[in-house]
Formats: sequence, structure tokens, C-alpha cells
Amino acid sequence: MNAPFKSESVSLDELKLGTRAHIDTIDWSSLEHSEACRLRHFGFDEGVAVEPLHLGPFGRDPLAIRVGRMTVAIRRAHARAVRVVPA
Amino acid sequence: MNPIPLVAVAGNPNAGKSALFNALTGARQKVGNYPGVTVERKSGRLVLADGRPVEMVDLPGAYSLDPASPDEAVTRDVLFGRQKGERRPDALVIVLDASNLDNHLRFALQLIELGLPTIVALNMVDLAKRDGLDLDAKRLERELGVPVVETVAVRRRGIVELQSALDDMLSSPRCPAHHGAPSDLLHLQRRARELATAAVVRESPVRRWTHRLDSILLHPIAGPLILAAILFVMFQAVFAWSQLPAGWIQDGFDALAGLTTGVLPPGLLRSLIVDGVIGGVGAVVVFLPQILILFLFILLLEGTGYMVRAAFLMDKLMHWAGLSGRSFIPLLSSFACAVPGIMSTRTIDDPKDRLTTILIAPLMTCSARLPVYTLIIAAFIPARSVGYGVGLQGLVMFGLYIAGVCGAMLAALILRRTVVRGGGGAFMMELPKYQLPAAKDVAIGLLTRAQIFLKRAGTIILGTTVILWALASIPQAAPGQKQSDVSIAGKIASGIEVVVHPIGFNHDIAMALLPAMAAREVAVSAIGTVYSIDSPDDATQAKTLSERLRNAWPLPTALAFLAWFVFAPQCISTIAVTRRETNGWKWPLFMVSYLFVLAYIAAGLTYWTATALGL
Repeated sequence: MNAPFKSESVSLDELKLGTRAHIDTIDWSSLEHSEACRLRHFGFDEGVAVEPLHLGPFGRDPLAIRVGRMTVAIRRAHARAVRVVPA
Repeated sequence: MNPIPLVAVAGNPNAGKSALFNALTGARQKVGNYPGVTVERKSGRLVLADGRPVEMVDLPGAYSLDPASPDEAVTRDVLFGRQKGERRPDALVIVLDASNLDNHLRFALQLIELGLPTIVALNMVDLAKRDGLDLDAKRLERELGVPVVETVAVRRRGIVELQSALDDMLSSPRCPAHHGAPSDLLHLQRRARELATAAVVRESPVRRWTHRLDSILLHPIAGPLILAAILFVMFQAVFAWSQLPAGWIQDGFDALAGLTTGVLPPGLLRSLIVDGVIGGVGAVVVFLPQILILFLFILLLEGTGYMVRAAFLMDKLMHWAGLSGRSFIPLLSSFACAVPGIMSTRTIDDPKDRLTTILIAPLMTCSARLPVYTLIIAAFIPARSVGYGVGLQGLVMFGLYIAGVCGAMLAALILRRTVVRGGGGAFMMELPKYQLPAAKDVAIGLLTRAQIFLKRAGTIILGTTVILWALASIPQAAPGQKQSDVSIAGKIASGIEVVVHPIGFNHDIAMALLPAMAAREVAVSAIGTVYSIDSPDDATQAKTLSERLRNAWPLPTALAFLAWFVFAPQCISTIAVTRRETNGWKWPLFMVSYLFVLAYIAAGLTYWTATALGL
């Protein structure tokens, strides 16, 4: 795992499809408690590998994201809370 | 004597928990509700090699013991021995998805810390292999300190081994070593990732099947088209495949009615049995094939993992109406019947989204409206083509479906901005791997649905039908009087008529609205009954019901009647299930009132417009 540099980080929803990245920081305070809880359950955590795989057909929302070995669907608004560093 | 041991099956959603539960307990399962909450309790019985019985309970899928949904709260409370209506389990079977260990082990670690005798079922090892993942179960067993058994629940593999491990454990309970204070979620997550990495023997970069399928099924253009095609086939099947078996059921009930008519002397008792019991229950049971076909599709789509993809594709559209993709599945089921649709809203985490979905579910055109639509359309809409091979009658039918969907979306939009404000905005779902569901699991699902439906027909619908028959038959009319004027139902209908007269409804319709409360399709038989009770000697009445209507009702009345049925909430089962799912009378009463107001306005507008146009 590369040491994350803040300057290189982008928000998860800006990442191009198929680009692998590592989670740098997650702005938990911008999420509701239950949403934050669910993201944690999905394995969202600093240092975890993520990769956006698919976009919803209408308004490019929601996003299908690979987190570790799981694929999860989240809305763009929530993906914005996640800062990532492309690998 | 000790009670028989209770073993809980726990695990993440999508770990294959239900398939494992089915494999362990077979088809004999009890499905109920935990008291006070709308979370399903599924239990079954397993007999060990030496003949000792074990009670198994299938806990709702959860990601951790910190609940984010009512289901997860039940799982936690059962495991802590705090859930009403459930004793604390004596042992645990934890189900893990072998190819998703870094996530699923977190919950497993949390469960092992509870200190109950525990077995881990390392499930779906075949899919992990398919993805090029080789796991060391022995290593995992050492690290976790509890027995680990490899299983493929949908193929019934590893079940015997799991049973014998369960047997050993219950014979000499050995609690896992305690680590002291419970660890926090983050710590567990990191430990889970370490363990998962340690358990992997070899990982070859095999292109994943699921990823390949998703690039087609979630494609921005192909995805929605495929979804539309699947829905089209599904609706075709629901209506086309059901005709034959529905005909058999109808013939069966007709034969039964004929037989009973021959055996019993004419009079009130015969009328009760033939018209009330056999006719009323039969009118509902003919929908069994349609409902089973719809559920077959829904179970297959769910079992393969496609349903979540449909929710993904539809999320944005549903979001515009103030809902989320999660509401798509319950609303789709509501096209068969709002009752299972409303029950399946349990999968929606957000309480406001769930409530809104429940409130609009009755607007989806359920199969019980079909007989009503068919009768009125056949009677009043000419069977001519509007060009391109499209018939006018079919077009009107389609229009009624669309009117329901548009009405539902509009209602959701308004509800989310008024009475059900706030919350929502979240759509977070796991996209599980695609897999072929086992025929047995699908069969068990269908059987459970059929039982629930028939039980409803045998209780609520039977009861209301008998009451309505009584109201329509008592008191008996003297010669020269019309039964439909004299009976209690007729008197009530006269009262209703005052209210519905402005929107073009006559006494016959007012009379039909009453029994339609039991089940919408009964409106058809009720209209038939009104005419047959009034003129019992008319032998041809059955064949000419639509002709009689054509002569008796002006066209604006018929159109208003159709518009009424698009919106009217008149089905007691829907109201009852809404009361159960919302834990009170507040929301079902609100639902009934808003839908009646909508129905009244829609029927009124239709009637007045049609009259003004001189139709």
C-alpha cells in the first residue's frame, strides 16, 4: 500500500470508471449516522482499495463501487464524502 | 427435562444464509413475526444423527451488532437474549461468504465474542474458486478458535459435515475463548482483513463472472432495455401462462357449485354455500396461478442477484419521486397484489421511504382489478383497431395501468413533501454475485407464498363474503319487490348512492362497491348477483352481463367506474396488512382516506368531462 498524499486525493465520485484507488479520508460528519454506519459495514475505511465499476443510467447516479471484495451501490452524494488517492 | 436446543443461523446479507437454513431444515418451516415488530421470524427443525431434535432459527441478515435497520436490531436482541418471543440461542451457526471474508469476518468476530458455542459455515466456496480464490479453512479454524466447515448451501454440499459438527458441539458444548472487553468495530474490521488475507492460499487473477455480466446488465443503454424486456416477459407470462390453470380452478369451483346445488334443497343454506362460500372464495382463488407466476419471477430475479441490479438501474428515477431504488421491488410485486408488495417493503431501511412505498403500493394495478377492467372494457370500448395492429381495448387497458403508475409517482412526490417529510436520500445496497438459485429454494419460497394466499382466502375473504351474502339476502323480498332494494345491503347502497350520485354512479354500482371492499374482483360477481337476484329466471344472464351493462349504464358512468377502480383502496386485506406493517391504525386510515378522495375526484372528473363531451 502506498502512503497516501493528501495533495493527490480526489473525491470518489470524480474517479474515472475502472480506476483503482485507496481511500484517503472519509468525512464522516457529512453523513447521517445510519449512512455512516452502513458505509462502515460495507468496509469503507482508510487505506481500503476501491474502484468505481458502473454508473446508473439516469444522471450517472448511483455508483457501483468495488470495496475490497464487495461491490456496493451508493449515491453520488455519499461518494462525495470519500476522498481517494488513485493507485 | 431441558427444552430442545435452539440454534441460531446468523450472517451477513447475501452470505447464503437462507439457502443454508433450507438445506438444514428442509421444507417444514414456520414463518411468523416477532411480536411488536414487522420482522419475519423463520424457524425449522433439524434431527441429529442420534434422533435428538434441534430447533433452528434463521436470524435476519445483518452487517454487525450495531443495528442500522429494524431487522438488524432483532438479530442483536435475539443474540443478547433480549428479544420478546424468543429465548437466547444455545448455539450459533455463522454463515460466511467465502469470497467476501474481509467483510463478513468482521461480523463473525463480533458474534464469536458473544461466547456462545459456535460453528462457522464457510459458504459458497465454489464461487470463491470460480473467482480464483483458494482458501485455507484449517488456518481460519485455528485463528478463529471455532470449527469451520466448508459448504455450498445451494448445492447442498457440506451439509452432512455441518450437521455432524453441530452434533459434536451440542453434545459437549465448548465455548470459544474470551478476549475480555468487546472490541470496537474498526478494530474488528482491521482484524477481519488480516484474517482474510491470512486465509487466502492463492489468488489467481480470474476475470470475474459477475463483473462481466454487470458490464452488460448495468450498461447505461443496454441495462434499462434488458430490464424493460424482462418486465415485459414477466407481465406477458403472468397473464398468458395463468389462463389455463386459472381455467381449471374456475372449472373446479363451478363443478363444486354444481354438485352442491344438486345435493342441497333450494333455499337460504344453498344460497349461502353456493353463492357465498364457493362463489366468493372461488373468485379469489382463481388468482392463485397469476400470483404464483409473478412470485416465480420475483424469486428467480432475487435468487440470481438481478433484483438488486434492477433497483440500481431504477434508483435515480425513483429518487425524483422522493423514493429510492429499494422501493422498486415492492412496487413491482404490487402489480400481482398489494399485500405481498407491502410485506416486501421490509427490505427498505429508511422508515420514511418504507412508509411512502406502503402508502402508494395500492395504486399499482393489482391482478384483482383485471376482471373489473376486462368486464367494463368489453362492454363499453369498441373492439376496433387504432392502427399498427394496436387494438383500442388493449390501449385502454394499458392506459389504466399507466394511470396507476403516474398516480403513484405523483402521490409519492406529494407525500414526501407533506405528511412523510424528511429522512430518505440514501440508497446503499450490496450488489451480490450472480448465481443460479436452487430449484428447491425457489419451490420452498413459492409454497410459502401459496400457503399465505390460500390462508387469506380461507379466512378474511371467506368471512367477509359470508357477511356480505347475508346483508344482500336478508330480509327476503316479498313478491313484486326487488331483492336489491329490500335487503340490508340494498339499504346501505342507497345511502352510498347519495354520496356517489354526483360522479355518475347508480344504485347497482353502489351495491357493488360494498362487496368490493373484501376483494376488488368481487365487484364483478356482485354486479352479476344484483342482476341475477333481481331477475332469477333470466337464464342467459351470465353470458350477457356486459350486454346488460351496455344497456343499463351510460358511457360516462362506465368510464367513471374504471377511473374509480384505478385509485380506490377498497380491499380489506390491503388495509389489514398496512395496519400490521405500520403498527397501528393511523396510516391505514390515512391511506384509505387519501385514496378515496383521489378515486372520487378521478371518477368525478371523468364523468363530468365525458358528459360535457356528449359521450
